[in-house]
Amino acid sequence: MGNKQTIFTDEQLDAYQDCTFFTRKEILRLHGRYHELAPHLVPMDYTNDPDCKLPLALIVNMPELKENPFRNRIVESFSEDGMGNLSFNEFVDMFSVLSETASRELKAIYAFKIYDFNVDNYLCKEDLEKTLNRLTKEELTPEEVELVCQKSIEEADLDGDNKLSFADFENMITRAPDFLSTFHIRI
Amino acid sequence: DEVSSFQEEHERERHRAKRRDGDREKKKRRKGRRRRASRAGEREDELQARHEKREAGRRKRAKNYQESEGRERDEEEQAQIKTGKTAKTKKNIKNEKTRKVEQEEGEAEERNAKGKKKHGSAKKEEKDEDGGKCAAKEKTQEVKKKKHKRDSEEKELRPESLSPEELEKLKEAVDERKKLIQGLRGKPWSMKKKLVTLRESQEFVEKYEGALGKGKGRKLYAYKVMMAKKWMKFQRDFENFKTACIPWEMKIKEIESHFGSSVASYFIFLRWMYGINMILFGLTFGLVMVPEALMGRPYGSIPRKTVPRAEEASAMDFAVLWDFGGYAQYSVLFYGYYNNQRAIGWLKFRMPLSYFLVGVGTVAYSYMVVIRTMARNANESGVGDDNSFNFSWKTFTSWDYLIGNPETADNKFASITTSFKEAILEEQESRKDDNIHLTRFLRVLANFLVLCCLAGSGYLIYFVVRRSQKFALDGLDTHTWWERNEVNMVMSLLGMFCPMLFDVISALENYHPRVALQWQLGRIFALFLGNLYTFIIALMDEINLKREEEKIVKFNITTWEASLYNSTVSENSTGPPITIQPADVPRGPCWETMVGQEFVRLIISDTMTTYITLLIGDFLRAVLVRFLNYCWCWDLEAGFPSYSEFDVSGNVLGLIFNQGMIWMGAFYAPCLPALNVLRLHVSMYLQCWAVMCCNVPQERVFKASGSNNFYMAMLLVILFLSTLPAIYTIVTIPPSFDCGPFSGKKRMFDVIQETLESDFPAWFSKVFSSASNPGLVLPFILLMVLAIYYLQSTSKSYKEANVELKKKLQTCKQKTK
Repeated sequence: MGNKQTIFTDEQLDAYQDCTFFTRKEILRLHGRYHELAPHLVPMDYTNDPDCKLPLALIVNMPELKENPFRNRIVESFSEDGMGNLSFNEFVDMFSVLSETASRELKAIYAFKIYDFNVDNYLCKEDLEKTLNRLTKEELTPEEVELVCQKSIEEADLDGDNKLSFADFENMITRAPDFLSTFHIRI
Repeated sequence: DEVSSFQEEHERERHRAKRRDGDREKKKRRKGRRRRASRAGEREDELQARHEKREAGRRKRAKNYQESEGRERDEEEQAQIKTGKTAKTKKNIKNEKTRKVEQEEGEAEERNAKGKKKHGSAKKEEKDEDGGKCAAKEKTQEVKKKKHKRDSEEKELRPESLSPEELEKLKEAVDERKKLIQGLRGKPWSMKKKLVTLRESQEFVEKYEGALGKGKGRKLYAYKVMMAKKWMKFQRDFENFKTACIPWEMKIKEIESHFGSSVASYFIFLRWMYGINMILFGLTFGLVMVPEALMGRPYGSIPRKTVPRAEEASAMDFAVLWDFGGYAQYSVLFYGYYNNQRAIGWLKFRMPLSYFLVGVGTVAYSYMVVIRTMARNANESGVGDDNSFNFSWKTFTSWDYLIGNPETADNKFASITTSFKEAILEEQESRKDDNIHLTRFLRVLANFLVLCCLAGSGYLIYFVVRRSQKFALDGLDTHTWWERNEVNMVMSLLGMFCPMLFDVISALENYHPRVALQWQLGRIFALFLGNLYTFIIALMDEINLKREEEKIVKFNITTWEASLYNSTVSENSTGPPITIQPADVPRGPCWETMVGQEFVRLIISDTMTTYITLLIGDFLRAVLVRFLNYCWCWDLEAGFPSYSEFDVSGNVLGLIFNQGMIWMGAFYAPCLPALNVLRLHVSMYLQCWAVMCCNVPQERVFKASGSNNFYMAMLLVILFLSTLPAIYTIVTIPPSFDCGPFSGKKRMFDVIQETLESDFPAWFSKVFSSASNPGLVLPFILLMVLAIYYLQSTSKSYKEANVELKKKLQTCKQKTK
């Protein structure tokens, strides 16, 4: 409704609305944000699906992600090549999952991917140690880190393999009262 | 839940199986290609072939998975209905699934082989050409071709003339696709996959909906489908429109990035309240104030609408207007202006009925909205406060992804570190319980002090209200400004200082910060409630006084009228009757308008106090700390005053109580929602500015409870408690005889009776009166009590079952270790 925009065809916008939690206006705004990250690389006309990917370094400098200790992992989890180069589709997907209206289950799946640093589909002790060090900027002593990782695995591990599979993680995170409100980026 | 988790597990197994099969297929194909292709293009071919196959495999898997899932679910349901025993059905499902999987893999390989044969040469040519082109375009084009081929195959498999069973299956497949489209945004697939699946499913649905639509008697189905599509489009447009209407999104985002989600939650709450007040404003303005202003009798035509002669001189003074007397009092803003004429204007608008129904409607709407929001929050949030995942939650949910400001981020890192260290300490040493007697004694002492405080403030308010009544009797002009506004000022000041006092007293108690916060909130709640109710009790005394006065005035009026007629008759028996100016008619004290005025004054003084506290407490303090720091002995910024933190819970409570006062007074002063909308609008901008300008992010963040429902629950309690006095006054006290839309009736709700009798057909009122027969009402109440008892006992049993399952989980965990 209103002004005729030429960035996307109407079918494309409808498709995006079906595949994400965003409305028309928000998708157009997202395109504006994507474009301003690299005005020379990103075309204004997306009607014929140009293949354009922005590198990790550009995306991670967005004000919404700049201060996040997990920004690299977030971008990597949503990129197809695993190196953090995002096309516009993946860009929209990332913010859709992190939006307010995304479901708890969906967020749990991606949270698992983000915290899985070595991408082996398990949260092992090294992953937890890395997470903890990023969270506390390495202010905790190694013994304290060891204790916290140990306790976390003890609490959440259900099948006894000393690492957290997705089922363990999901079981733990869906009960967390803060999860939905903290795992949320507004754009 | 069982079924879905089972399906997931099985899905994963099948994916693994398919991957294995796919790898085998790929190897075979690779070997074949190597023999055929030239050496130069070998590597390129391989890579591209692998990419394509992966994509094709994925998409095929997705499609097969969807179709098979649909079939599986049907079969599962049927199996369950048949047997009724879950163990048996699981076995059946397993067998069926494995059978299906094998069948499908066979089918898939067949289709693949067919496709390969058809495409073989075409693909090779394309690959040789498109050495340097984008891989994506190629893939999608090829997939489309393959899909078309497959679709044409499917068409061959499913001819137009169908048996009813197959028609049913087709319909279910179409419905399955539709459900898939609905749930697509919640799937954890890559965007590309989602888009392709969407396009496929939409094409499938379009094609087969058309097929279903043809044939005898299916026109209704086609019509329904079209209406459903139009409805979806309308819903989508409406959603887009709604999100465009949401105000202050960027402001809140800025606050979130600077202060985190807990401070921003206050502003989100404020925005939500603003929305509710807008609707209340719309109701009162559109259905009460505007009709009376446009279609009712104009100002000055009847006594109740005119400023009495005695007050005329001062009616336009600013002081009087600020106090809501004078012209403000005799206007649509207050109850007393409204005429009790049954139907006004050419629309025959039923004014008294509308007034009553709007009053009831505002309360009903508020209840509905609050309860609906509570239900929605309860669904989303986790299962209560659990301590079993302490460290895991700290590790995975403590970082607030909304933070975008470096200073806030530093604060957050520090607070997370502190929180971890505390948790580690607690874990390592057991809490020493020495001096438990001292702790208990201190806590009892603290509670005693708090009770004294509350009692003291209640008495103070009562005392001040009685004093103001005495002042009113003496005449308002003989007293200073303070004495005139004593009540409101005292209430606002108490609301400001007592919480600080409670904070100091709570230092005695030595609780965990979260528990201390809950106690603090509880005490402030009790304080506000006590103050409000004392105010209302004092107000009730005034109402009774006014009613006594009314009786006297009524008596005086009859004698005055009698004397008027006597004088006219004695002077001129055939002369025209003397017309009395409305301003000269002796007026009864309108207790309803008085109540409305009191509430409006209270709200205005409350607002003023809040803003002034904000300016002095936050802004002035920040300015002093900033500029005096250069010439002061100790560091003002780090040491004593420093910058203030934003008090989330205090502000939320203030907002809740403000709303409670609106609900209480809206029946007697229709202007209250309008006033509140204005107040909230200004508050939003003022507080946003103050927060960004004068406050620093909080060091330790403790939310009062896990879920958002804590504040909603308080709101609900306040709503209930606010509507009690209003309902009491409506039901028990007879309305004034000469002001307001219900004047002349014995009780305000008589207007309903009157409407039923005169506007509805005769049988309606008979039905209604028989429905209010105690013989019907008592059994109904009994039924409701039984229903509540039943629901409560089932919920208790669910909770117990939940606890049992948790215990089992624990023991299983122990066993596997």
